[in-house]
Amino acid sequence: MASTTGETLAAAEPIADGRTEEGEEEQVVNPWEVSAKGGKIDYDKLVDRFGCQRLDESLIQRFERITGRRAHVFLRRGLFFAHRDLSDILDAYERGEKFYLYTGRGPSSESLHLGHLVPFMFTKYLQDVFKVPLVIQLTDDEKCMWKGLSVEESERLARENAKDIIACGFDIERTFIFADFSYMSPPIYKNIVRIANCVTGNKIVGIFGLTLEDYGGKFFFPYIQAAPSFPSSFPHIFSDKYSKLRCLIPCAIDQDPYFRMTRDVAPRLSYHKPALIESKFFPALQGESGKMSASDPNSAIYVTDSLKDIKNKVNRYAFSGGQDTIEKQRKFGANLEVDVPVKYLNFFLDDDAELLSIKEKYGSGAMLTGEVKARLIEVLSEIVERHQRARAAVTEEMVDAFMAVRPLPRMFG
Amino acid sequence: MAQTKPNYLPRAVSRVQRGRESSLSACSFHAASINPFLKSLNRNLKPIYSPAPRPPLLIRRRRRSMAFSKDQLLARLQELKIEFLSCDHPAVMTVEEQAKYVGHLGGALSKNLFLKDKKHRLYIISALANTKVDLKILSQRLGLGKGGLRMAPEEALPEILHVALGSVTPFSLINESARSVSLLLDKGFKSQRYCLFHPLTNEVTIALTPSDFDKFLLSIGREPAYVDLEDCPVVGKDNPPDLAYLVPAEALNLPGGADKVPPTSAPAQTNATLEQKTKQPTQKPKEPSKEQKQKSGKDKINADAVADSTNVEKFVEKVLEKVSNVFISELSKQSNAEDGNIKDHMLEGVKQRVSSDLLSMTMTLKNSVYAQGFHAGIESTLYPLANKKIVERK
Repeated sequence: MASTTGETLAAAEPIADGRTEEGEEEQVVNPWEVSAKGGKIDYDKLVDRFGCQRLDESLIQRFERITGRRAHVFLRRGLFFAHRDLSDILDAYERGEKFYLYTGRGPSSESLHLGHLVPFMFTKYLQDVFKVPLVIQLTDDEKCMWKGLSVEESERLARENAKDIIACGFDIERTFIFADFSYMSPPIYKNIVRIANCVTGNKIVGIFGLTLEDYGGKFFFPYIQAAPSFPSSFPHIFSDKYSKLRCLIPCAIDQDPYFRMTRDVAPRLSYHKPALIESKFFPALQGESGKMSASDPNSAIYVTDSLKDIKNKVNRYAFSGGQDTIEKQRKFGANLEVDVPVKYLNFFLDDDAELLSIKEKYGSGAMLTGEVKARLIEVLSEIVERHQRARAAVTEEMVDAFMAVRPLPRMFG
Repeated sequence: MAQTKPNYLPRAVSRVQRGRESSLSACSFHAASINPFLKSLNRNLKPIYSPAPRPPLLIRRRRRSMAFSKDQLLARLQELKIEFLSCDHPAVMTVEEQAKYVGHLGGALSKNLFLKDKKHRLYIISALANTKVDLKILSQRLGLGKGGLRMAPEEALPEILHVALGSVTPFSLINESARSVSLLLDKGFKSQRYCLFHPLTNEVTIALTPSDFDKFLLSIGREPAYVDLEDCPVVGKDNPPDLAYLVPAEALNLPGGADKVPPTSAPAQTNATLEQKTKQPTQKPKEPSKEQKQKSGKDKINADAVADSTNVEKFVEKVLEKVSNVFISELSKQSNAEDGNIKDHMLEGVKQRVSSDLLSMTMTLKNSVYAQGFHAGIESTLYPLANKKIVERK
């Protein structure tokens, strides 16, 4: 439960791009690049390097005890596997002290795949079980700076992405979505400058690996991503009563550098350090060595895919750990370590008993690749269909309402 | 929580509770014959606990805040399969006295301080007997400034912790009323073989292992907070108070002031003859608080009703229940009543498959409806004049 008082930027700071002292390139994990030698990310090494803590069984049981229901499938199956100070949040919650959730998305493309939705699905679960408010930041300014998009295009993409986010099922009574370009205003800007006054350019270079050749905006953006961790950035939601409200940030582990910096700054501005709950990366259809990328439509299942597309993609592109022939499969069973359909089922199939049975049968050879893939297609189709139906019902008015600067009177109700 | 009936002690004994100064011997016969627990003490028939009265109807929504007795605590420990050694002895008010009776157990005696800060937040500091506890330093480490920690008022002991003077113990946190009391534990406990505490009374000491003690704390929903109590870091601008996270969020209404308000008195108490003497001075402060409780109770009910009606999960639950009830009754008309189990099983399967979709659709409905209402609200303020034309939205 140690609230990591010894955690300083200098001590915990890995070299930005993951190179070791010898100059060897190991795995690179930062907000703009994720790659590893041999394809497989070593999450243990990553947790050690970043200095966060592993989310173990006892914490999951604590979740179940506090919330009174089964933990989310992503927690049970270890997709959300690391955290910072999560136990402090739970302690405070048990004492009656609330917190709020903060997550976000960089709207770089209009097409979202299931991997993009993972943090939002989990955040929705957290919102439902803890009954706490949520702010969602759409970093259209970041995409403008890094991807060279025009301001108008970034804004448009942000709005389109907001619709998909809303379709994940967030409760409008407790959710505030905002895009940086439209929300920049005195309260949040003042916090951004306060944060900026605590972090030197050297530190930014050390954390994010920027150089003087990079545009100045990139040096400034980390402060913008940090600001929503402090409740005073949202005075229309958090009155003086909640001026020191705690913050929990569900995100993928590559966002950790931003929030390491934020946690370093928080005590200096007399806020609680934001807590984090971090996820692994979602495997591409082609397996660990492949990368889920927007340019390769067959690397992932997109939320706009038809049922036929899903069937096609899984059958043709999902990397199988099964043997080459049916006879060999019956004899030796499948290699569950590399089999992508089983990995996907691990995250999306809620029924523990069924998953175990599939793993046993597939691993021993009683089940064939085709059968496993068929089950996966069923599961994915249900999820995608539900999302598409919800997405179709999202109107411009609804987006406006979610993004309106309005109070949330029953955010803890 | 142990669901035992509140033990209403008859009037004779409650007079005993009210005034410790009053002659106990006169009532001792009564007490012993009525309460077998008290019978087991062959000495001072001091009341060990004061059962909380039945809360008034309106606020019964809260969990019953019943005070735990030593026996109930020990029963709970047994339920949790925690092994402990128990030793009865005469009432002890200091650690030195306690050591005379239980020093032979070979465990670590604890000294327990019940403290409050300027904002009426409460703390129990449980330390090894020979750990130096400097309240000034702890106060700074908690972020309360210098001299922010004081001993809690005597009345808070029976009121909040439901223990008597000299019986402060971490076990008192099993009581609902103590939920906002923060607990700081000496990290030295972790390396001891046994830790010795009072189990809600200073006439008994129990010894249990540190890990079992942790187990107990976790069972009442507390995460054990072990602290190096002798550490004295410099707290300043660059070094924020390192124990600030242990400060409770809630301050409690401590019984204060000159008039001693007896712990068992409450608006709904039916013992009308109680406190004939003290009724006059306490009448005024009691009345408004009773009204306040009723009013806030009503508000709470209203707020809860609104929260229920906009709660998507509750809505879907009710829909599924209604549908399944009707479905089952229709099915029973058709087929035999014997396949009850199969029908239930089938229904469970149906519910599971349909839940996610129903939840998603209902949330969509809620968000759409809110969005429409929101815009209607905006339009109505933008166009206050009745004869202003509505601008069609593209």
